[in-house]
Amino acid sequence: MIAQKKTGDVILTAVWGDNPVFRQILGICSALAVTNLVLNTIVMGTAVMFTTALSGLTVSLLRKWTPRIIRMMVEVLVIAFYVILFDRALKAYWPDMSRNLGPYVGLIITNCIIMGRAEAFANANPPGLSFVDGFFSGLGYALILLCVAVIRELLGMGTLLGIPIPFFSSALWDRWIIMVMPPGAFFTLAVIVWLARTVQRSKQVTSGGNK
Amino acid sequence: MSFGSHMLHLVVILFAAIFTDNILLARFLGMCSFLSVSRQVKTAVGLGFAVVFVMTFTISLDWFAYRYVLQPYGIEYFRFILFIIIIAAFVQFIEMAIERYSPVLYQNLGIFLPLITVNCAILGASLFMVIRDYDLAEGIAFGLGSGIGWMLAIVAMAGIRERLNNARIPKGLQGPGITLIIAGLMALAFIGFTGVLSSR
Repeated sequence: MIAQKKTGDVILTAVWGDNPVFRQILGICSALAVTNLVLNTIVMGTAVMFTTALSGLTVSLLRKWTPRIIRMMVEVLVIAFYVILFDRALKAYWPDMSRNLGPYVGLIITNCIIMGRAEAFANANPPGLSFVDGFFSGLGYALILLCVAVIRELLGMGTLLGIPIPFFSSALWDRWIIMVMPPGAFFTLAVIVWLARTVQRSKQVTSGGNK
Repeated sequence: MSFGSHMLHLVVILFAAIFTDNILLARFLGMCSFLSVSRQVKTAVGLGFAVVFVMTFTISLDWFAYRYVLQPYGIEYFRFILFIIIIAAFVQFIEMAIERYSPVLYQNLGIFLPLITVNCAILGASLFMVIRDYDLAEGIAFGLGSGIGWMLAIVAMAGIRERLNNARIPKGLQGPGITLIIAGLMALAFIGFTGVLSSR
């Protein structure tokens, strides 16, 4: 390996520089589907962090014994294992939430972010660092989801986590019902991607465009 | 339920999956390939057909697997793994069969097949089938409808994006940003279908 990567760099790259949602536009299916309520989003974000971190750790531990030709298969099975764990736990302890999220917890398996991190990072790095990378990639993803959800729930329902917010839940505020419907998800995410890309672009220009 | 009303029920499921509950615009499944393979109408049509075909067949296979393998043993929670394996195996099998028997079709469709294994719309449709407790006929109608709905959305998007080449779009909004906004407008248009079917 070329020069041991610093944990801090890994974290920064995972959360901002290579943020899966606005940098790579990966795994946005669930980013859009569960973000109509902040609470759903928090649970979904937790599920993704749980899966990316632990599957990163496991794939990295197994990397010496995994023949290259079947590594994708192994990665899928490892990811599916953690997703099933989370799904079972959610169903047992919080059945209402499990029903709210519907198939989207199961769909974490096909979320390209997790596969991408396993493939691009955990395959070539030690377990500890892979865990950190996975965790913070998941966090980067969860934070974007949270931004989208806060905007959608606040503008659409006038509440956050189900609690009415002073101005937005009063008669002064006409609720933007459209925000909690599907189009609102597309528009909100588009604006966030736009802002993030513009900020990143201007930074690259000032630092001499090293990327 | 009489035969006639059962057929009507299936037609309602089919049309609901295409228009009012479009798997892409209302359920957000299959976004990755929707954003990346929607630059040209021709490729969008090819991928669309592949999705319709694979979705209809895998949903039936998944139905049998769920009903006759997972349920009798009470291991429904293994469906994530089993469905993924079935989808991957089916796609692989179809790819080999097409390559062997129809080189022309393989040239047009073959390159899209590997993309389909990772298309979450396929797995998502099967999971919806389980959650909504569809029987086999309902499942097939739903799979077919979802596939057609997905194809409709991606072909329409590709048509719009071909025209966008001449438009002046702010730098940060180019690519995924503008595509998401267009998808939002399409979703808005599709909301217009709500009530067409549920009024019954």
